Amino acid sequence: MASQQPGEAYEQQNVHEVYQEIAQHFSATRYKPWPIVEQFLKGLPPGSVGLDVGCGNGKNLMVNRDVFIVASDRSENLARIALKHQPHSTVVADILDLPHRDARFDFAISIAVVHHLSTPARRVQAVAEMLRTVRPDSETQEGGRVLIYAWALEQKNSRRGWDKGDEQDRMVPWVRKGDQPQTFHRYYHLYAEGELEQDIANAGGRVLESGYEKDNWWAIAVANPKTPHRV
Amino acid sequence: MKVLTANFVTCAVKDCKTSPASFPLHFHDAELEQEELEFQPEFIRNILPRIDWPALCTTANELGFPTLPESKPEGDKLEDEQTLKDLHRLLLETHVTEGKLACANCGHQYSIKEGIANFLLPSHLV
Repeated sequence: MASQQPGEAYEQQNVHEVYQEIAQHFSATRYKPWPIVEQFLKGLPPGSVGLDVGCGNGKNLMVNRDVFIVASDRSENLARIALKHQPHSTVVADILDLPHRDARFDFAISIAVVHHLSTPARRVQAVAEMLRTVRPDSETQEGGRVLIYAWALEQKNSRRGWDKGDEQDRMVPWVRKGDQPQTFHRYYHLYAEGELEQDIANAGGRVLESGYEKDNWWAIAVANPKTPHRV
Repeated sequence: MKVLTANFVTCAVKDCKTSPASFPLHFHDAELEQEELEFQPEFIRNILPRIDWPALCTTANELGFPTLPESKPEGDKLEDEQTLKDLHRLLLETHVTEGKLACANCGHQYSIKEGIANFLLPSHLV
């Protein structure tokens, strides 16, 4: 019985199973990192260690070989494709239960991932989970930076043509070409202007920079200092 | 899965994160493979400060490697090419292709298949 209620089972059916099916074809269409992602990764000091959460085919793992990235994806088929990018590493994991210690990392990126979570609470939780893994702001050192991209509602010049005021929760078709073309539908939450920044604030983060690129909203955030417990 | 990666993963169960017993995870029935990768001494020098050395010693020991020095190489040791090459081989060229990673706090075991560790939790652990 198909689940129609937003949440984990809904995402299993309308996001995870679809990516498992379309992994090969999806990967063949994703080969170039977006400019701001590239700039972010190239700007990291050598020896930085970070995460790429929802790495897909690993296209962002090609940018910088002087850092070490533990990439993860919910789809084993995509994680397997991403595995080849040295010197990095790939595991299968869920963005809401990352297998990483608190405050361990110098940076994290999550590109075009959080828009697949189907409730407001789960989207905030995903951001909070990434903020948990980077070292927080302190008085002596700025915290590890987290770069997040999410699909924008405002994209009237794209082929989809959506804009402000349109429905934000949508099933978006993916046509897998081949001898027998097949259409799959993935769930997306389209982010309205300011929504990503709001989610970051609700997750305990502080936005350093944000903007719009290629029909997506993006933001760079740090985790606020840990509980103000001072001796 | 690289030996280096084991230094940066822990149990996915929320309650385990606060327990020191959850890190490092422990390898069981590990099958190892060596895969050659270009030696970059700078990479090893740069990554070393980010490594949890006691955890790496535990992991190396469990995988049957010769005992590592008690403390992390620093200073002159980082100019010694053999030291860096040994670390390169252990951290980046040694892969666990099959086996399990177990959390000493909750006992859950994560499987590694064809070089990929799977950290998805069964529903009762989420």
